This record gives sequence, C-alpha cells and structure tokens, in this order.
Amino acid sequence: MRRVFAVLLLPAALCAAAGCRYVTLDRATPQADAITDMHWLMFWVLGAVFALVLAALAIAVSRRSRAPIAGGKDPRFFAVAAATGVTCAILLLLLVASVVTGRAVSTPPEANALDIAITGHQWWWEVRYPAAVADDEVLTANEIHVPVGRSVRLHLASTDVIHSFWAPNLNGKKDLIPGRSTGMTFRVLRAGTYEGRCAEFCGYQHAHMGFRVVAEPPSEFEAWLESQRLPAAEPGDAARVHGHEVFLAGPCVNCHAIRGAGAFGRKGPDLTHLASRSTIAAATLPNTTGHLAGWIADSQRIKPGNRMPPNVLPSGDLLDLVAYLRSLR
Amino acid sequence: MRRRLPRAAAMPLLFAGALVLVLSVFSIVGCQKMQRRLHESTPATALPAWSPGSQLHAGVQPTPLPVKNPYEGSSYAMSEGQRLFEWYNCAGCHFRGGGGIGPALMDRVWIYGDDPASLYSTIVGGRPNGMPAWRGKIPDYQVWQLVTYVEAMRAGRGIAAPPGPRQEHLQAGEGKISR
Repeated sequence: MRRVFAVLLLPAALCAAAGCRYVTLDRATPQADAITDMHWLMFWVLGAVFALVLAALAIAVSRRSRAPIAGGKDPRFFAVAAATGVTCAILLLLLVASVVTGRAVSTPPEANALDIAITGHQWWWEVRYPAAVADDEVLTANEIHVPVGRSVRLHLASTDVIHSFWAPNLNGKKDLIPGRSTGMTFRVLRAGTYEGRCAEFCGYQHAHMGFRVVAEPPSEFEAWLESQRLPAAEPGDAARVHGHEVFLAGPCVNCHAIRGAGAFGRKGPDLTHLASRSTIAAATLPNTTGHLAGWIADSQRIKPGNRMPPNVLPSGDLLDLVAYLRSLR
Repeated sequence: MRRRLPRAAAMPLLFAGALVLVLSVFSIVGCQKMQRRLHESTPATALPAWSPGSQLHAGVQPTPLPVKNPYEGSSYAMSEGQRLFEWYNCAGCHFRGGGGIGPALMDRVWIYGDDPASLYSTIVGGRPNGMPAWRGKIPDYQVWQLVTYVEAMRAGRGIAAPPGPRQEHLQAGEGKISR
C-alpha cells in the first residue's frame, strides 16, 4: 500500500523539485481554460467509471456462483444492457465535450488581434511583429511579448524540420511545418512570464529549444514594441566601439543582424536588442555577461551540434565584443 | 566423433555467415562516412608558402598543392558544406554549381586548380575578378566542409542526390535558387 502511495506521489514530488515551470493546469487564457475544463471532466468521469468497474469486479469475484436459472429471462441481461447503455452515453458525452473544447480552442480571434509570425529554426525561435511599413517591423528571438487582454494570432512556419510550439499555460501544441503555414490564437488574461518548449523532436538540441512569453499590460507592451523598433544603440565608449569592430570583422556578421550597425545576416537570431532579452541560446542560459562570453567563445560545449561555430578570439577582443553586445538594450 | 553437416543444412548457414560479414563491413564503413565531430577546432590550416599570383596562371593547370582535405569522403561534412554554401551565399554568384555571375563549379574548367588545397586557398584568399577573401570570416573547419561539398559537385555526382542516408540540413524554406 505504501508503494502505491509512493508511485502516486512521485509526479507531484518531481513537479515540486522542478519548480513547476510547466504546469498545464495553471491556465492563463480562455483557450487553456477550455482545455483544463476538458481535462477535469475526463478525469472525474473516467475516475468514477474506473471505480465502478473495480467495484463490480470485486462483487463478482467475491460472490458465490449460482445455479443457472431454467427457463425465463436471465436477470443479468438487464445489468449488461444498462451498463452498455451507460457506456455509450458517457462516450457520447465525452465526444460532445471534446468537439466543444476543440471549437473553443480554435475560435477565430477578434478583429483587433495582434499578429505575430513565429519561425522555427534548429534550434531557436524567430519572432517577427509585422507592420504596414517595413521599417516598423520588429524582429527578435526566443522571447515573445504580448499584451494582456488582447487576442494574439500566431502564424507558425519552419525553415528546416517540423517543430512544435507549446506554451502549456496558454494553449495546446501546434506544429510548425516546413512549407506550410499553421496558426494558433490565444488571449492572455493575466500578466506574467510563461515558459514554452519545442514539443516535436527536431534534432540534436531539441531539448534546448525553449522560449518565453512575456504578457504585460497594453501600455507597457506598446512601449516595448516602440523600443524594439529603434535601431541598435550607438557604442558608447572606446571598448564598445572596438567590440563593434570585432563583430563586423569576424564571423559573427555572416549570420547575425544588428540593425543600424552594418550587420545584415539573417541565418542566426537578430541581435539588435539582445540585451533586452532575459535568456540566450533559446532559453538555455540566462543572459549575463559571463554566459554570453562563454557562449561566443565555445557554444558547442554548451549546446553541442548547434549552428554557431566556436570563436577563438584574443581575450581583449572577446571582452570588448561582449561589452558591446551587452549594451544593445 | 565429428559429424559432417548435410549439404542442405550447410547452405543457409553459409549464406547467413556471408550476410553477417557483409553487414558488419557496411556498418564499419558506413559509420566512418557518417561520423560527425560536434566539436571542431578552429585554428587555420597551414598551407605551403606561395604567393597567389606567382605560379597560378589562368588556363594552365597548376601542380596540386600537398594538403589533404581532413573531411575527405565524409558525408556529414559534405552535407554541412551544402548548408554553408547557401548560408554564406556562395549560391548568390555560383548558383547551385551551374555558375552565373561566378564560374560554374560542376564543369571541368578550374583556372585556379581543383585540388583541395587550391579550393581552400581560393575560398580563404579570394581570387581576382570577383571572388572575395573569406579569411577571418569563415572558420577553418567550415572552409574544409565547403571544399568537401565543392569537390562532390566537381566529381559530377549531382547536387540533388543526397550525400548519405541522412540528409542533414533539410533547408525546406531555403535554397530555392534557380539552376
């Protein structure tokens, strides 16, 4: 009996140890509400069915067998017929609930929905906020800011393999399929930071392909969007000026863009406002000076197989480069 | 006492033995071809000293330089080279090997040499009339991966043919270049 309890408690203990970063039942959107309600409906209904079946089995096992009745109807006929009827009714109920939930999750958003284009790459997320004027477009990576209370419509695509967008607090999973456009809608009801992962195995570093959704009040969101539209900050001092030169002279510029600083690479994440993001390497490391320097010097030790080559730089160059990148707020 | 197997029983045994042998040979050879090194070193390859303009003349086949491609015959390096060929916009001038703004890479005309060391120094040092020098911009191991890919093109294997059972780069959204 104690062992049974231990098995039942194991998931809860693991969850507590992991700090509960991904809790599907901690809902933050009407879409997640619908999924959670469906979850609890199925949990209680199927739990009750399980208990009833076990009880019936216990009775059947413990009761002494009786002699068959000669002639007339077998009284067990009614029990079997009733059980079949109830089973069909329950399955029908769950079917209807499932269809209703599916509709609630995929409801078209309101007219003023915010469009965000998400592109999956091995192994990071490109995030683009389209605008009528190309210069007003915002390009960032791995951190998605959304306004609270407004519908958000995600346009999902992939350039290499199939990925899957999954932020458990916000909605279900949705695949990003090369050559196809998929979509997802949600409306975040309370401010906060929600973690998400890639939920479809996509190669070596699938496990290190995370992202964050930052939900903030509309005014703060607009201010953030406005700040992201600006070109990169000018390097303020001699060290940062040198860091900028190192960036342009080395391999960084082949793949990364810094708007307003002469870097136009589009294969890696846009670094125009790198310092405004809370993590690097797709939510793998916190965005600090030390982690950034380690990542630039040898990202293959941190995330083996990722597309960024190791960079052997003189320590002075590396420090200036990191100082420059850390100034890109 | 030794008993000889009847011929009918010996044949399947022989067949199974041969199959195991062939499979094991394939697996050893296949592993080497597919092997990938996730952690590459970056120091530059030391090429023998010569000045790019001195002994290389257009139209004359130069003597091959004595440097070996470290990724000779590696499918993984070839696939990575194919990805980098697009990432670093080699395709912008050479297209997919057919040539356009830059020379074709699929034909047999190689004015600056077609051996691995010449290809390496063409990429790193550039060539007159358009080929930029990528020294300091492309890490050394990636240059060799590009060389592996370009060599595969030159051999006339065809670009569309996957370099191995595992096509690594799978850039579905990219590489939509004519030719």
